[in-house]
Amino acid sequence: MFRGAVRLCAARGHLGRALSTRSGGSTLDWAGKVSEIKKKIQSVLPGGAWNPLYDTSHLPPEHSDVVIVGGGVLGLSVAYWLKRLEKQRGAIHVLVVERDHTYSRASTGLSVGGIRQQFSLPENIQLSLFSVDFLRNINDYLAVVDDPPLDLRFNPSGYLLLASEKGAAIMENNVKVQRQEGAKVCLMSPEQLRNKFPWINTDGVALGSYGLEGEGWFDPWCLLQGLRRKVQSMGVLFCHGEVTRFVSSSNLMETISGEEVTLKRIHEVHVKMDHSMEYQPVECAIVINAAGAWSGQIAELAGIGKGPPGTLQGTKLPVEPRKRYVYSWHCPQGPGLETPFVADTSGAYFRREGLGNNYLGGCSPTEEEEPDPGNLEVDHDFFQDKVWPPLAQRVPAFESLKCLVHLQVRSAWAGYYDYNTFDQNGVVGPHPLVVNMYFATGFSGHGLQQAPAVGRAVAEMVLEGHFQTIDLSPLLFTRFYLGEKVQEHNIF
Amino acid sequence: MAAPRASLHLVASTWNRGTRGIRGLSSAVAPENSQRKGRTLLQFLANRFYDVEILREYLFRKQISKVHKENRSFTYIKERYGPYIAGAYFVLKQGGAVKFQGKEWIRSTGRGYFSPQLLNFQAVPIEAVDASDCAINYEGLDNLLILKELQSLSLQRCPHVDDWCLSRLYQLADSLQELSLAGCPRISERGLACLHHLQNLRRLDISDLPAVSSPGLTQILVEEMLPNCEVLGAEWAQGLKPGPEEQSRDTASPVPA
Ligand SMILES: Cc1cc2nc3c(=O)[nH]c(=O)nc-3n(C[C@H](O)[C@H](O)[C@H](O)COP(=O)(O)OP(=O)(O)OC[C@H]3O[C@@H](n4cnc5c(N)ncnc54)[C@H](O)[C@@H]3O)c2cc1C
Repeated sequence: MFRGAVRLCAARGHLGRALSTRSGGSTLDWAGKVSEIKKKIQSVLPGGAWNPLYDTSHLPPEHSDVVIVGGGVLGLSVAYWLKRLEKQRGAIHVLVVERDHTYSRASTGLSVGGIRQQFSLPENIQLSLFSVDFLRNINDYLAVVDDPPLDLRFNPSGYLLLASEKGAAIMENNVKVQRQEGAKVCLMSPEQLRNKFPWINTDGVALGSYGLEGEGWFDPWCLLQGLRRKVQSMGVLFCHGEVTRFVSSSNLMETISGEEVTLKRIHEVHVKMDHSMEYQPVECAIVINAAGAWSGQIAELAGIGKGPPGTLQGTKLPVEPRKRYVYSWHCPQGPGLETPFVADTSGAYFRREGLGNNYLGGCSPTEEEEPDPGNLEVDHDFFQDKVWPPLAQRVPAFESLKCLVHLQVRSAWAGYYDYNTFDQNGVVGPHPLVVNMYFATGFSGHGLQQAPAVGRAVAEMVLEGHFQTIDLSPLLFTRFYLGEKVQEHNIF
Repeated sequence: MAAPRASLHLVASTWNRGTRGIRGLSSAVAPENSQRKGRTLLQFLANRFYDVEILREYLFRKQISKVHKENRSFTYIKERYGPYIAGAYFVLKQGGAVKFQGKEWIRSTGRGYFSPQLLNFQAVPIEAVDASDCAINYEGLDNLLILKELQSLSLQRCPHVDDWCLSRLYQLADSLQELSLAGCPRISERGLACLHHLQNLRRLDISDLPAVSSPGLTQILVEEMLPNCEVLGAEWAQGLKPGPEEQSRDTASPVPA
């Protein structure tokens, strides 16, 4: 009987919460109180705590205002900003569902940690500028009383992008936009390049653009752990499990032009617990899709893209996992401490790693060469055939690796880009039809550096209903339906 | 200037220790209490600690904003009297010293920082700044980066100067010849890598940097990166016995001219 009563209240609470969450007000409602009291009574009752049949401590809560799918850097950043921008302490209950607490396949830990403002799209530049400011003040933003400060290990060494004759005009244009947005980037002629970086061979290079401030690379784990620590201290709950199902209701509506559309609202998220058949339904008002490379699947679970092709209902979230390799090698005569993150005209890139003449690098394959994303195995031939030749041409010192290449490649790994096949840019904000699902995904290789800003944008959208700090409306989902690409040229 | 800051730290740390102690106690006591005396006491304590935490967070934020406040730019002074006076005013206010071209060193007097004679130097560039032990940070650096004739800069033992700050020094690349970063607790090899922009540098002091992971190797790499520059690093400091050197510096800086 008691259970029944709780259910009843829960249903009522949900409505109230759905409303109050939208306005960002207080949500400590009746249902929350009942379950709290219930828990308290249970823990005080003799024997209540240890009965294994009823031990539910590993389960997520039965209700949460916001459920975030994916505990990577983007999911955590959304959680952080939701808590930070809430009007009143403890006003919003946030649950982060992450299926793998070791993050063994998550992109965040497998990235190379670069941050740059050298993008072509003003929105990307703004996101990155905001993020670099966040990272610089990370110990103000993510400070937790009594915990040691974070050591982000930021290398402010800059990015050096190289352009061939063909790409020079575009590069010049991009740099103009970057400067307008406030980024500190300079253009360099081949001669200037040779003077500054004597180890570079400028054959085939017409122009270089070099970031002077706020560019470089940092430790992605530090950002991830720092966010985790902070959001936990802010009262965000974590749950180890996989989101397998959404329970939603539909509403048939008609647009002004007489078209029929089905509006959906997710009411429950089913979280399957690790290594068991058990699952827990979590009632929620809002779902954030921050499942990285797997966010396309999560969108599908919510019914996104399941409709006749060419309609809004039939428009999929075009994000899929794409495997990218990173190789690490040692070269005793390689470039020194001044080495920036170099992106070659060929698309291959490398950067210094630590002090001992170690380097990291890779290259995005062409569309035809895309490896099977089924596993994270590394293809070592790819280094021999695609990565090393252009880099050895650019930096003759690497040539000495030729016969030693097997010895000198120290390690390699693969990770998944959360690749947006439509225009290689992020997807931010709500879905037009599944009205309470919000996206923070699709950043195709620049999601780590933009996470602090994207989290804020999504939180603003959820709490205020519009973007405030940075206008990301070009990155809304509707562009896939309208066919409006917001192309980013600088993806590698 | 240094003394009040130190005592402030002391207060913060004892404060921390105090609450940590009480917190440790609460976790030790809680399980027994919850069964015998009911939950009210625990609830009470938990509420108190929540408040304490908020209070400490507030104090922490205040400390941060104090540093920020000390480092804002004096836009008004800059507009009215030009970059040199603004820079000098900032450095003196922070407790440092400045040297206008062809003039004597001017040090902070501790009482009024802004002596009217400063205004005579409006058109005289600043060639050297000694900001040792100052609370200068990333934002505060704005006030120095506008000094385009600056040849010598000392940032010794500045607690807030970090790698991010070093990444901005390229703006002084045309003039800077001498730079001392000795004893800065937050500078690492990652920031030193940015100094390759400063190709006019003749003398660089990177001794006694606790955050640099391998000082020997770092010094070699910095020397390679700046072939025309004399780099004073770990060995140099050991060889010359830093003790008395440090002392003489210490007595030199706080004494007003
Ligand atoms: C080799 C490589 C290099 C990169 N280099 C850079 C770089 O230099 N700079 C940069 O900014 N970015 C870089 N990136 C991109 C960056 O890593 C990603 O864009 C970013 O980490 C995405 O963060 P995320 O939180 O969305 O994804 P993830 O970190 O992948 O997090 C998603 C999480 O969702 C979880 N999840 C998925 N499905 C479910 C489910 N059904 N239920 C529960 N949990 C689920 C996953 O377990 C995962 O932990 C690189 C990526 C790769 C692969």
